[in-house]
Amino acid sequence: MKALAARRHHRAAPVVLMLLALLLTGGVYAVLAPSSATADTASTANDVEEGERLFQANCATCHGPDAEGTSEAPSLVGVGAAAVDFQVSTGRMPMQANGPQALEKPRQMDEEQTAQLAAYVASLGPGPEIPTDEMVDAEAGDASNGALIFRTNCAMCHNAVGAGGALSEGKFAPALYDVSERNIYQAMATGPQSMPVFNDATITPDEKRDVIAYLVEQRDGSAGGLSLGSLGPVSEGLWAWVVGLGLMIGAAVWIGAKSS
Amino acid sequence: MSENQNPNTSQDVTTSTETAGHPERFSDPGVPEHRARLTDTDPKANKRSERIIVLLFALSCLGAIASLVAYFTVRPDGTTDQTRLSTLLLGVTMAISLLGIGIAAIHWAKALMSDHEHVDERHDLKSSPEVREVAVKHLTDGVEDSGIGRRGVLKGAAVSALALFPLTFAVPLISSVGGDWNISKFRHTIWTSGKRLAYDPTGRPIKAADLTVGSVAHVIPEESEEYMASHEWITEKAKAVVLLVRLNPEDIRSDQSPEGETWSYDGIVAYSKICTHVGCPVALYEQQTHHLLCPCHQSTFDMADGAKVVFGPANRPLPQLPIAVDDEGYLVAQDDFAEPVGPSYWERLK
Repeated sequence: MKALAARRHHRAAPVVLMLLALLLTGGVYAVLAPSSATADTASTANDVEEGERLFQANCATCHGPDAEGTSEAPSLVGVGAAAVDFQVSTGRMPMQANGPQALEKPRQMDEEQTAQLAAYVASLGPGPEIPTDEMVDAEAGDASNGALIFRTNCAMCHNAVGAGGALSEGKFAPALYDVSERNIYQAMATGPQSMPVFNDATITPDEKRDVIAYLVEQRDGSAGGLSLGSLGPVSEGLWAWVVGLGLMIGAAVWIGAKSS
Repeated sequence: MSENQNPNTSQDVTTSTETAGHPERFSDPGVPEHRARLTDTDPKANKRSERIIVLLFALSCLGAIASLVAYFTVRPDGTTDQTRLSTLLLGVTMAISLLGIGIAAIHWAKALMSDHEHVDERHDLKSSPEVREVAVKHLTDGVEDSGIGRRGVLKGAAVSALALFPLTFAVPLISSVGGDWNISKFRHTIWTSGKRLAYDPTGRPIKAADLTVGSVAHVIPEESEEYMASHEWITEKAKAVVLLVRLNPEDIRSDQSPEGETWSYDGIVAYSKICTHVGCPVALYEQQTHHLLCPCHQSTFDMADGAKVVFGPANRPLPQLPIAVDDEGYLVAQDDFAEPVGPSYWERLK
């Protein structure tokens, strides 16, 4: 520390500090930047029996042998094929470890297995179906109406452009940039984990498609320049205080220093 | 510190003229000796600095020209990418142009202009006794000449005029603070008995049977298209917004219904969406915990327990909207909220 303190008046100190600040900003951004997701198209192959076998091997420990739920996990009767497809195709289920919420991870079941599981769970009771490609086609949706719906129903948790946000006790609403159109629809229809359900009466299938159109449009980024993750005052404040103010202090030091 | 450095010193520190080798008073060291710059002694360095400054001004010129070129060639055409490119080019070229001038000017001043130190001694702020005497005499002469001490009516008239004039701007300014003072507007919303609940923003009425357990709906009162286009609607909507959730009826531990009344319907409960802390829209609903979070200050309300505050700065539960179902199965309000919605204000409970 003493050696450091002795050099704090060194002429390179402001430059070194600036570089450190920039590195820190960049590093924090890299850590916080949204990671990528995987998703595939829906499968139509139905094999309830094969699905039940998969269920007994991978899911029954928590959800119970009849999928009626235990103290550990909810009942799956009536959750529908859409819920299974959402949870399994995004890798959230089977869950790896208990935590505040099931995290997205590389999927463990391939497309065929996912479809078989979905068919089995759908056979237990009626629930939301997996949407067709047409139902989630962003091209056919009205992004401006989608923005209205999104702002009222979704933006408070998922952020105005779908950048995600924090909930209580370690739970969070994920960013939606990389979520597939099908998974967005399924999440609205089934209400996974903390998310409430938006069934076809609350947000009609057409309106769901409009929301998807709005979210797909947000993937182009912001027209206004650096979006800084669209996280609002946190990242913008960090940028302004560390980089902006740092540059200004650097300029002031340079202006005040005597020419050699 | 001084004791540590001079462990053998037994003198009283306050009476000592020298402590730890420091004199009691420092004498003014004066302006440090002038040191010639490299540009003063070395003509080559002088020339080099001049070239750098010329280069910076030239860079600024180029930036200005590039900015104009960017303005005419890269037009925003409505797509996100093109708009971003246009803004970026305009901004960067403008920055180069302006920073070029600024940096060149400062470098010019630092490296080429005279850097000899000049000392101007500060003079006293206080005027000399003669000047002060004259000023005081002028004042007393003026007061005597106006006769303000003798002419009482004149004095009163002048003071009245001076006192009243500020009211000409103070009254309009103060009375327009807050728009109007009709506080009773905060006590009521446009919810009345039998008014249907509708989805925000579409305005579709809500059927009780359509809501699945775990659903959340952002609710506005059902109104005519004309009313929803009026300015009044915006202010009324701001008070009337409601958050409706359907829970498993067994999960509901309590709601705000008084004895002998039922304010919820089959697990469907409706609470004001305006936070009782400072009035943000409370809308982050966690389906599994039945907790409703306010995004502004993290107040948390338990929807299964009468919207009681379980965390955060709010100190009242969200007021509940009493609901029922009409003949056609649509959700309707039984009445307005039983208490004013939103944050506390002075006359809230009067």
